[in-house]
Amino acid sequence: MTFLAQASGSIVDQWVSSFWIALLIKAVAVLGFFLVAPLAVGYMEHKVLAHMQSRFGPMEAGNFHGWAQLVADGVKFVQKEDVIPEAADPTVFSLAPAVALIPYIVLFVTIPFSKTVFAENLDIGVFFLLAMSSVSVIGVLMAGWSSANKFSLIGALRAAAQLIAYELPLVLATAAVVMQAGTMRLVGITEAQGHYWFVATQPIGFLIFMIAALAELTRPPFDMPVADSEIIFGAYTEYTGLKFAFFLLSEYGGIVALSAIASVLYLGGYRALPGLPIPEPLMMLGKITVLSFIVIWLRATYPRLREDQLQRFSWLVLIPLTLVQIMVVAILKVAMR
Amino acid sequence: MSAPDEMPAPADEVSGELRQETMIINMGPQHPSTHGVLRLLLELDGEQVIACQPIIGYLHTGIEKNTEYRTWQQGVVYVTRADYLSPFFNELAYCLAVERLLGIEAPSRAQVLRVMFCELNRISSHLVYLATGGLELGAISVMLYGFREREVILDIFEAATGLRMNHAYVRIGGVVMDLPDDGEDKIRSFLEMMPGRIGEYEALLAANPIWVQRNSGVGYLSAEDCLALGVTGPILRAAGVPADLRKDEPYSGYETYDFDVVTREEADAYARFAVRIEEMRQSLRIVAQCLERLREPGPVMVEDPKVAWPAKLPLWVDRNAKLYVGGFAGWLDDFRFGGVHTGDTVTMPEGVKLTGKAAYKIHFLGGRLNPAEHSVAQTIGIEHAGRVTTIEISPNGTMQQVETEVAPVNAKPEDKNVVPDKAKKE
Repeated sequence: MTFLAQASGSIVDQWVSSFWIALLIKAVAVLGFFLVAPLAVGYMEHKVLAHMQSRFGPMEAGNFHGWAQLVADGVKFVQKEDVIPEAADPTVFSLAPAVALIPYIVLFVTIPFSKTVFAENLDIGVFFLLAMSSVSVIGVLMAGWSSANKFSLIGALRAAAQLIAYELPLVLATAAVVMQAGTMRLVGITEAQGHYWFVATQPIGFLIFMIAALAELTRPPFDMPVADSEIIFGAYTEYTGLKFAFFLLSEYGGIVALSAIASVLYLGGYRALPGLPIPEPLMMLGKITVLSFIVIWLRATYPRLREDQLQRFSWLVLIPLTLVQIMVVAILKVAMR
Repeated sequence: MSAPDEMPAPADEVSGELRQETMIINMGPQHPSTHGVLRLLLELDGEQVIACQPIIGYLHTGIEKNTEYRTWQQGVVYVTRADYLSPFFNELAYCLAVERLLGIEAPSRAQVLRVMFCELNRISSHLVYLATGGLELGAISVMLYGFREREVILDIFEAATGLRMNHAYVRIGGVVMDLPDDGEDKIRSFLEMMPGRIGEYEALLAANPIWVQRNSGVGYLSAEDCLALGVTGPILRAAGVPADLRKDEPYSGYETYDFDVVTREEADAYARFAVRIEEMRQSLRIVAQCLERLREPGPVMVEDPKVAWPAKLPLWVDRNAKLYVGGFAGWLDDFRFGGVHTGDTVTMPEGVKLTGKAAYKIHFLGGRLNPAEHSVAQTIGIEHAGRVTTIEISPNGTMQQVETEVAPVNAKPEDKNVVPDKAKKE
């Protein structure tokens, strides 16, 4: 396994000798990406949904097809009154949006945009990603509990139950990829897809990963925790202004993050198709965009599952399938050694 | 029939101990789904609704009482607002009742126009069912598609009547005016567009696994329960009873049109969806037949100047620019009925609203001369969320009795374990 030997460093480390300056550059880059990419996905959602539903979406802000709508929204959120319900627990209530948002920022530290363009290439890369992506739900749980609102509480409990049900297929599907790649480093997994993408060998795993990711993001058709026709807006019901904006940002950040993870694990990450002269970072961005588009597309197509159907789907369909997937990968791995 | 997708039994039925306290939650009237018109007091055991008490009456407009203080002609303007999704049906029921009292009949062209607008109205109402039903289940595209096509129908209404809703178009003795010049073309292009769009809804939903899961077996209401609760319309037809007043007690010449009564056997939410989709197609058939009949010109209002709109009365303006209308005062004074009519009832199918209402009736009870002495009473079955309310107003105009029956529409009467959908959806 030659690629394991190529312990390449980050491009920042090659250019900058000082550890602290490199760290600063990395932090700014990650934060910058996080502040731009979710907005782009949010704008894409506005526009894609609108056109699928025979309407225009935002058209005014920024003159050209309302490109600055989300910036305008952000300004609006800043101006809004920050309401904390009287019966709420103010400390937990205020902390919750940060707990929901920060894991998705941290998560981008390990996403590789080329062999050298990344912040850190952790040994436990995949493990770190999955761990971080599930911290976010604690923020949702905190929000629901501290809001002193029954609808919020139901939403938070639904979110937690959903995370437990869908984290398992997510982890199991990822485990199959790690087994095939033989490494947990994200650069290593990408390099292991030199001849073919893992979606070719694990198509079912890819589908399961995407479904479980949708559920983890509470995106339709798995948006029971925020089902507005039932529980208003779930755990976020009582939030206003910037705090509410943070929750929205964490949702869009989540879409970017899970799309990035999925493209690293299954779609060859930054690797271009042979013969395509596309720079590696652009290739990665393109894959993230395509997957995000699919996530948005599903929202335009599917109604939402009921809570019991949602749980049943995970425990009775997805988890058995991923276990079979792991078994098949393990057998093939041993047989083809 | 028990729903195939039952939630597991509450824990105490298994061990007798695990069950903790339940949660009482107030859903509405300020809630995205009930938007101010309905309040549901729910008792929740986790995700399961174990009791539901609907509280209604947030949308009472006092139409019956108001009509008592107006003339017969003015009554049309009130009843059209009784249900904003089916204004033509409200108007038609009222006008047919008054016409029966007067012993007159609208000209044939007016009858064709009435039928045509009622059927277009039925489609628009079914579209709102589809749109809001989709919204409740998170299918936002379906919501926008439904309102998109409804908008086309409302454009036709606006062209013909001047208003998108609350038209006051059907009048005693006919309709207020004929189709505009471009009205026929608008309807024709709608007829060309709509079958494809209905196909789109079916393609998007009919075989969509989530839509099927969320709807089939949910909100089961057998034919017997429907009849016991007075439920008619698509809900009754979805339970396998081919009851349709257009066939059973035809009015406005419905017996001369060619259309089918759509029924399904499942008696669940999915069957209601399927019935409504197919009913839209049947309505399109009727509208097409109406357009054929409209080729022949003719009057749209009876000749009697006491009844008809006084458009042909002499007008003059005096020196102070005051408008005078000769004979208008007489028209405004209202016509009066000679004899005593008690309990004249006209029944017509409505069954087009979200939940498929009971047949819409207008009764005139007692009285002799004008609406103030005749009380107008409507009996509307509101079975949203499982409550049937009957309001009767006595001949002297005071509210004599208000009967409310609470009955679980969603399940068999003894079955209290209903999942959230069942409590809410149908």
